Amino acid sequence: MTFHQFPKTQGLYRPEFEHDACGIGLYAHIKGNATHDIVAKGLKMLCQLDHRGGQGSDPLTGDGAGLMVQIPDQFFRQECSEINLPEKGNYGVGMLFFSKDDTEREEIESYINKMVVQEGKTVLGWRTVPVNAEPIGLTAQESCPVIRQLFIGDKEKSTDSLAFERKLYIIRKQAEKWAKKSEYRFYFASLSSRTIVYKGLLTPEQVDQFYLDLQDENFVSAFALVHSRFSTNTFPSWERAHPNRYLIHNGEINTLQGNIHWMKARESQFVSEAFGSDLEKILPILDTDGSDSSILDNALEFLVLAGRKPAHAAMMLVPEPWSENPHITEEKRAFYEYHSTLMEPWDGPSAISFTDGKQIGAILDRNGLRPARYYVTEDDYIIFSSEVGVIDVEPEKVLYKERLRPGKMLLIDLEEGRIISDEEIKSQLASQQHYQQWLNEQLVRLEDTDEAEGEIPDDLQVLQKAFGYTYEDIQKYILPAVTEGKDPLGAMGNDMPLAVLSDRPQSLFNYFKQLFAQVTNPPIDSIREAIVTSTISYLGAEGNLLHPSAENCRRIQLETPILTNGQLEDLKKNESFKSKVIDILFAENLESGLNEICIQANNAIASGASLIILSDRKINEKEAAIPSLLAASTLHQYLIREGLRTKASIIVETGEVREVHHFAVLLGYGVDAINPYLVFATYQQAIKEGTLPYTYQDAVKKYLYAMTEGVVKVMSKMGISTVQSYRGAQIFEAVGIGSDVIDTYFTGTVSQLGGIGLETIATEAKLRHQAAYQEFTDKTLESGSNFQWRHDGEHHAFNPGTIHTLQWACRNGDYELFKKYSSQANDERLGFLRNLFSFNGTRTAVPIEEVESVDSIVTRFKTGAMSFGSISKEAHETLAIAMNRLGGKSNSGEGGEDSSRYGIDENGDNRGSAIKQVASGRFGVKSHYLVNAKELQIKMAQGAKPGEGGQLMGTKVYPWVADVRGATPGVSLISPPPHHDIYSIEDLAQLIHDLKNANRDARISVKLVSKGGVGTIAAGVAKAVADVIVISGYDGGTGASPKTSIQHAGLPWELGLAEAHQTLMLNGLRDRVVLETDGKLMTGKDVVMAALLGAEEFGFATAPLVVLGCVMMRVCHLDTCPVGIATQNPELRRKFTGEADYIVNFMRFIAQEVREIMAELGFRSVEEMVGRTDVLTVSERAKAHWKAQHLDLKSLLYKPEGIRTFKQPQNHRIDESLDIREILPAVQPALELGTPVDVSFPITNINRVAGTIVGSEISKRYGEEGLPEDSITLRFAGSAGQSLGAFLPKGMTLELTGDANDYVGKGLSGGKIIVKADEHTKIASGENVIAGNVAFIGATSGEAYINGRAGERFAVRNSGVNVVVEGIGDHGCEYMTGGTVVILGDVGKNFAAGMSGGIAYVLTEDKEAFKHLCNQELIEFESVSTAADQAELKQLIECHYRYTQSVKASCVLKDWKKCVRKFVKVIPKDYKRMITLIEEQKLVGLSEEEAVMSAFIANSSAKSKPTKQQETANR
Amino acid sequence: MGKATGFIEYTREKVGERDPLTRQNDWREYTVPFSDEKLRIQGARCMDCSIPFCHTGMEIQGATSGCPIHNLIPEWNDLVYRGRWKEALDRLLKTNNFPEFTGRVCPAPCEGSCTLAISDPAVAIKNIEQAIIDKGFENGWITPRIPRLRTEKKVAIIGSGPAGLAAADQLNQAGHSVTVFERADRPGGLLMYGIPNMKLEKEVVERRVRLLAQEGIDFVTNTEVGKDITAEELQAQFDAVILCTGAQKQRDLVIEGREAKGIHFAMDYLTLATKSLLDSNFEDGQFIDVEDKDVIVIGGGDTGADCVATALRQKAKSVVQFGKHPQLPGHRTADNLWPAYPNVFTMDYAYKEAEAKFGQDPREYSIQTKKIVADENGNLKELHTIQMEKLQDEEGRYYFKEIPGTEKVWPAQFVFIAIGFEGTEQPLLSQFGVKAINQKVAAKYGEFKTNVEGVFAAGDARRGQSLIVWAINEGREVASEVDKYLMV
Repeated sequence: MTFHQFPKTQGLYRPEFEHDACGIGLYAHIKGNATHDIVAKGLKMLCQLDHRGGQGSDPLTGDGAGLMVQIPDQFFRQECSEINLPEKGNYGVGMLFFSKDDTEREEIESYINKMVVQEGKTVLGWRTVPVNAEPIGLTAQESCPVIRQLFIGDKEKSTDSLAFERKLYIIRKQAEKWAKKSEYRFYFASLSSRTIVYKGLLTPEQVDQFYLDLQDENFVSAFALVHSRFSTNTFPSWERAHPNRYLIHNGEINTLQGNIHWMKARESQFVSEAFGSDLEKILPILDTDGSDSSILDNALEFLVLAGRKPAHAAMMLVPEPWSENPHITEEKRAFYEYHSTLMEPWDGPSAISFTDGKQIGAILDRNGLRPARYYVTEDDYIIFSSEVGVIDVEPEKVLYKERLRPGKMLLIDLEEGRIISDEEIKSQLASQQHYQQWLNEQLVRLEDTDEAEGEIPDDLQVLQKAFGYTYEDIQKYILPAVTEGKDPLGAMGNDMPLAVLSDRPQSLFNYFKQLFAQVTNPPIDSIREAIVTSTISYLGAEGNLLHPSAENCRRIQLETPILTNGQLEDLKKNESFKSKVIDILFAENLESGLNEICIQANNAIASGASLIILSDRKINEKEAAIPSLLAASTLHQYLIREGLRTKASIIVETGEVREVHHFAVLLGYGVDAINPYLVFATYQQAIKEGTLPYTYQDAVKKYLYAMTEGVVKVMSKMGISTVQSYRGAQIFEAVGIGSDVIDTYFTGTVSQLGGIGLETIATEAKLRHQAAYQEFTDKTLESGSNFQWRHDGEHHAFNPGTIHTLQWACRNGDYELFKKYSSQANDERLGFLRNLFSFNGTRTAVPIEEVESVDSIVTRFKTGAMSFGSISKEAHETLAIAMNRLGGKSNSGEGGEDSSRYGIDENGDNRGSAIKQVASGRFGVKSHYLVNAKELQIKMAQGAKPGEGGQLMGTKVYPWVADVRGATPGVSLISPPPHHDIYSIEDLAQLIHDLKNANRDARISVKLVSKGGVGTIAAGVAKAVADVIVISGYDGGTGASPKTSIQHAGLPWELGLAEAHQTLMLNGLRDRVVLETDGKLMTGKDVVMAALLGAEEFGFATAPLVVLGCVMMRVCHLDTCPVGIATQNPELRRKFTGEADYIVNFMRFIAQEVREIMAELGFRSVEEMVGRTDVLTVSERAKAHWKAQHLDLKSLLYKPEGIRTFKQPQNHRIDESLDIREILPAVQPALELGTPVDVSFPITNINRVAGTIVGSEISKRYGEEGLPEDSITLRFAGSAGQSLGAFLPKGMTLELTGDANDYVGKGLSGGKIIVKADEHTKIASGENVIAGNVAFIGATSGEAYINGRAGERFAVRNSGVNVVVEGIGDHGCEYMTGGTVVILGDVGKNFAAGMSGGIAYVLTEDKEAFKHLCNQELIEFESVSTAADQAELKQLIECHYRYTQSVKASCVLKDWKKCVRKFVKVIPKDYKRMITLIEEQKLVGLSEEEAVMSAFIANSSAKSKPTKQQETANR
Repeated sequence: MGKATGFIEYTREKVGERDPLTRQNDWREYTVPFSDEKLRIQGARCMDCSIPFCHTGMEIQGATSGCPIHNLIPEWNDLVYRGRWKEALDRLLKTNNFPEFTGRVCPAPCEGSCTLAISDPAVAIKNIEQAIIDKGFENGWITPRIPRLRTEKKVAIIGSGPAGLAAADQLNQAGHSVTVFERADRPGGLLMYGIPNMKLEKEVVERRVRLLAQEGIDFVTNTEVGKDITAEELQAQFDAVILCTGAQKQRDLVIEGREAKGIHFAMDYLTLATKSLLDSNFEDGQFIDVEDKDVIVIGGGDTGADCVATALRQKAKSVVQFGKHPQLPGHRTADNLWPAYPNVFTMDYAYKEAEAKFGQDPREYSIQTKKIVADENGNLKELHTIQMEKLQDEEGRYYFKEIPGTEKVWPAQFVFIAIGFEGTEQPLLSQFGVKAINQKVAAKYGEFKTNVEGVFAAGDARRGQSLIVWAINEGREVASEVDKYLMV
């Protein structure tokens, strides 16, 4: 029934990976006056959002646009005179897309007609919608459907309009079901008596050109809900355009898979008063063929039609954070808590606008990750959109300017003709029932009792062995989890074989790789933004979602899904929740063991059990444990299929589980709670032996805490905030598991290459079991070798043999020895997927002299992004020198770069990195840094820890590191998990655009990490006009990251690269981008394999480090690198022995090997070789491997036809920019001669990144110094587009009168930005939202004055800008490390989270209330008492007044003495300590430099205060 | 890794040794153990490398780098740092059957490949190892581990050196019944008679043998297979036979005057000395006595050094050791990079003792004996030598060239030949019908099967003269193969 033309699954491409993003808007008359102007303006609005949509290979074919309006009754009466339309409201209109096959269409229409009659309604008639396909793109024309409208009459004059809507819904659902069965293609864009949707595969401008109806003056509506789509592909789809039937959505539902499963599971339990016996007809509720937005639409629609108010339904689907959020009323908390027992949130970044035709609402996700701004005018219009400036409105007509706030609802009641406040609607809904009382009476909270010590089993070590424990597991994971209080850290990347390639039996958990967010949605920071997270979950049978009652919340609430032994015992004994323990053991036949579990559970549920406990406690010599994951997921899937899943919870009592990853996978596959009893016994033993200096109770507590936090972190990598939503969401991908196992036991999981079956899983389980129980085996634990190489352990690509051979070869320039190294690396074992292939010998060799030269090949080589800070100056510069000598590229990493490296040294060497990275922390990202790059790389993710940020501990922030990063020595630096200016694909497009403006000569590269679906993301990134796309393998290195991430997140590059290459080709986008790959490339053969799979450029990181002396100590995070590479310690740096020539040798050796293989394969150039998978075949050793032989590798070798390499540069549309067209010519005198220039321009939201190109010209000519203040003054009037004044250097001043969108002053580099309200405005500046979200992100220096409020995440990662603003949203000053922020007004919640430097002055009437809004982990409060502070503050406010004539500033200044007392000074504790220390040292008589170093040393040796995280762990 | 920054904070302490002069007056071990606290600190220097090169045991340029039995060195270093001796012992015994031997006499290729040794003195691995096992014995943690079940399979092991003992231990623990045949009067092979008492006190060897016997291994001494019992008989009585007969055939000096009286093989000299010490504390006179004599040891290796130390204890008048190779450099050279075994100058115990006694290092480098001259009675009188130059030909191969005019005459009454071993002794092999190549038993490493069904070979007999750790490695590996063979 789909009405889109996505290609079928082919190669590694899968249509379900597709993502959407978009611009949204609403234009409405609040009092409900319907006019044609509203329709027209709505569409105009869309055109202004064009840059938020994507451009495919066919510029005239958009990704989709459309609008939803009220049914234009007048218009239909005029157009359909032959149809006898009843009174308005008593007929429904369907908007349908049909294929061009008339017979098929007629058959469908007649079936629908039949359904209408069957449901007791009347078919009034059909109308063909007149369209003009001429202006639309060729692709769109080809796929254009026949569009028809159906008019359905309500026989009796209905008073219950909802009942009529419900009938229409039933008609639609039945028709859809029938069509699906009959394989007919048609689609209902809408069917309602209230609203109608006009949409299609159109660009915004094309909507009313295509739909002639929309041009008619009689086509009127009181609102227009509009949407412009940006999809990650170029495949035509008419139905995926928005609006959906009830909502428009900008964002992504991360937990979709789980939400779908749970909805399905609940369906059979539904009892609906509204639907009664009709309920059967509408199942399944969710049409899973649709996009995430349309599935969410299905859910909302169902809840609304079942009788919930739209606002109520929206609050159930996307609740505000309530459990960790102190800023919420008791009443509302009870409402949310009650509903949480019924349903998990649909989690993900979203701006949603929904309507039932009577009320229009809008909400954001719990974290406010999408922008939404609105104006309300005097004449009762509301303009709501992703951006301001989309409809021209005279400033004096604007009543107020607002933004939608996270967790808040905007609700317009067209019948009442007013905006209902968030407070009013929610308190009304919250008081509908006695939720609090119900909770008090029914909800059971599981006691957090102190854990009693049990008996340590006599055979503890046998049990440990039986469950695969190693010495490393205990020493390096289980014990440190308690002593460090967190998921333990590791360093460098993973270089072990995938589980399916390993020679050893592997835990089933290791076959599952964590998914993570990149580009299309953001990961979140579960530590700094804990306020939105929740670990609460429930046990016991679920109630009825559709019927509010006290009994519904008769459930057990858990604070964390990890249970102590005591808690589990309590549950087993609980009388009101009956439990059943089922053993998960098997002797011979695993499959029958699994079936037995299901049968037992079924019987138990039938006899009233609501807690199913799967237990392997009875493991014995004869019976092995069934992998707990397999047992639990089997049962979960079985119960869903049987419609029983919500009747009972699944609890796993297992000895197998011990790491964060294990917990995460179990939860992800539907487990409700887990008891890791063997870990507890291990602690008990360790404490008894004296190895763990804690009480047992403390150890258990700390472990629970560390694991729970670890799981939250894994969730947050995918952008998921609540355990409840994560549970069953299956945010994993399997590698090496066969489709039979997946389909039956892990339904819905992606497993790209197939793999082992149940038999091999059983074999692996048995091998482990035998190792423990056989009589004569060594009873001590195996060493373990995940992170530590052991002779008899797991294979590691970097091992003593490869490391020393490589080092010797490159040091002595010995190519023969290098060949020995590479044959070791290539042949030793099946380490990587690429080792599964060999050349098939189908091509004729060519003489090596004819093959591209070494000199030419090495220009395609790059070294990896390693920051100065993570590695030493010596190592960092050696890499740069070597790559510059070769004509390749080194990568700065995310730590900035000292500008002294931008020139050429006396000996001709160049120490500058050709690639400058822009990562989430934006350290040192200044205009001057950007103009000195050949390539600018946006790091979306890092192989070793995709979806995570990082923290550089204060003790590692040496003065020289701090200097380059624009930070304070000794103060920790935090890289946020997401780029706070990239929450979706259109945001990425914006950053690409920003950077291209900042350096027009640089290629813009986007670094992604391999995962299933990375291909569609790459296609989206190509549409967002990146020049280079990097696909990194999961095995890339790191300076520090949780072991969980190093091993278990992401996929090998082979998969991601092949998928990206194939998908780009299918989309016709391959020729626009250069594809690069990295991740443990070690040899020439590796490079050839990468080229054959689609890569044109190649990155190396671990191998060059080894060449420089790295011996894989994996202690980068400890600053103890004994070879002077990953350390800043001067004493250790002296041990560095690397030289640039060694790297030159390495790269040239690799290139020479590449040439030799190319000659053998008959390729004369690398270009020719890219994507030629036809020369590959599955190798003999792959076929011989006991596990790998099960893999199906065809899809990796799939070879679409078409252009295989980069051919045609992207069009960045720089020439169309305001800077190039108008500003640059006007400021020439200042640039050329230094003569000050002051010019004015009008501006609208499509003029983005204003001033940045001019700024880049200054940086190019005048370096970091810039020009004297105010050399160039640009005055704008209107609504500025995004990224106003990004990276503006010193000497530039931007003054905007009007308002600005998101990212004002991004990366400000010394310039000045003034945003002030129009003099005609009637709004007080404190209420006037004048700047969008994420203003001044990553700003490094300069000043700014904002005469009004700004949105969320103001001054995130500010490291040096002084800015005055009159109010801000949530998460203000997050991760700030320097500069001064003055706020003359309100702040939102979670202020100063992760703020480690700089100062904020906040004017507040109620200091306690303000403090309550702060995240107090790192900061402290002071009054503004010192003369110096007062002077600084006053001076800034004076400037603010001078530049903006702010009324507020004027008031404060007038009454300074009194007002200064109302300021709170917010200062980070560590920052204050360091500043004080430095001052003290200076007083002793030290120079600035000496004082800093001395303070740094003093600080590092002093014991730093534990963070909140540790404190909590210590509790 | 006791302490992440331990290697920065602490330096390596020199091994404790008794005074080089006074210790020459007795035959007890020359080393003095570290105190527990010192060991803890030395343990803290271990960096717990993710790739512990010390644990590797690979061959680089023909020399061993890292531990061939793959001792879990970082794991027990850490435990020692944390004072957890008992667990350290568990981790040590996991890979090493006889740490009391290797901790005393292994040349410690682990320390050469220690990552810390890239830039600093290596971790004192060997001393720590010895301390762990000694503590194990002291505290009574080492008790007989008697297998609960027996498999009814019988294995004969010929030779009770480290390879034979390791194989015996492993197979016994796997439940098989093991008999070890030794032609000498005491088990232990080279451990017993090859290594002098001051390096490895014989009680240490006997203690281990007693323990193995308590655990059920049958030791049959004074029994030479091939003479006292035939190969055929053995094969009939046992399910498998392992040849661990060593490579004791000594390389001889082919030179004018070799027949002079007073010229002995080093092994004979050492063996007799130890046997006489053990039997009678030298009362029986059944040893070669060099008191007040001029002694020259030919051969620059460890065995030669042991001869030097033995001669010193017998109060020789003078002792000189000839070596063919030039003096080693003080630091690694470009062709001997880490982690290869460091070919650098060191002062072995014997040299320190000689220096203390005579005021100079006893070693003579780049020296070639041209002829030996006896007196009229056929007794050794003097050695004629010449100095040599070590050169490289065009293909990088080394060769030696005499330097004219450097001829010299050395008076001597005793010469001990310590220029290595040629391989295993042949008669036994022929009785079994086992093939040998280059005087080594033909059996592939990892399989250890000879051409004769049920007959395996391991240790020096198979590999040629090597380190004790390699012998233990082969003993363990052959045991695992024999176990598989028996259990099929």
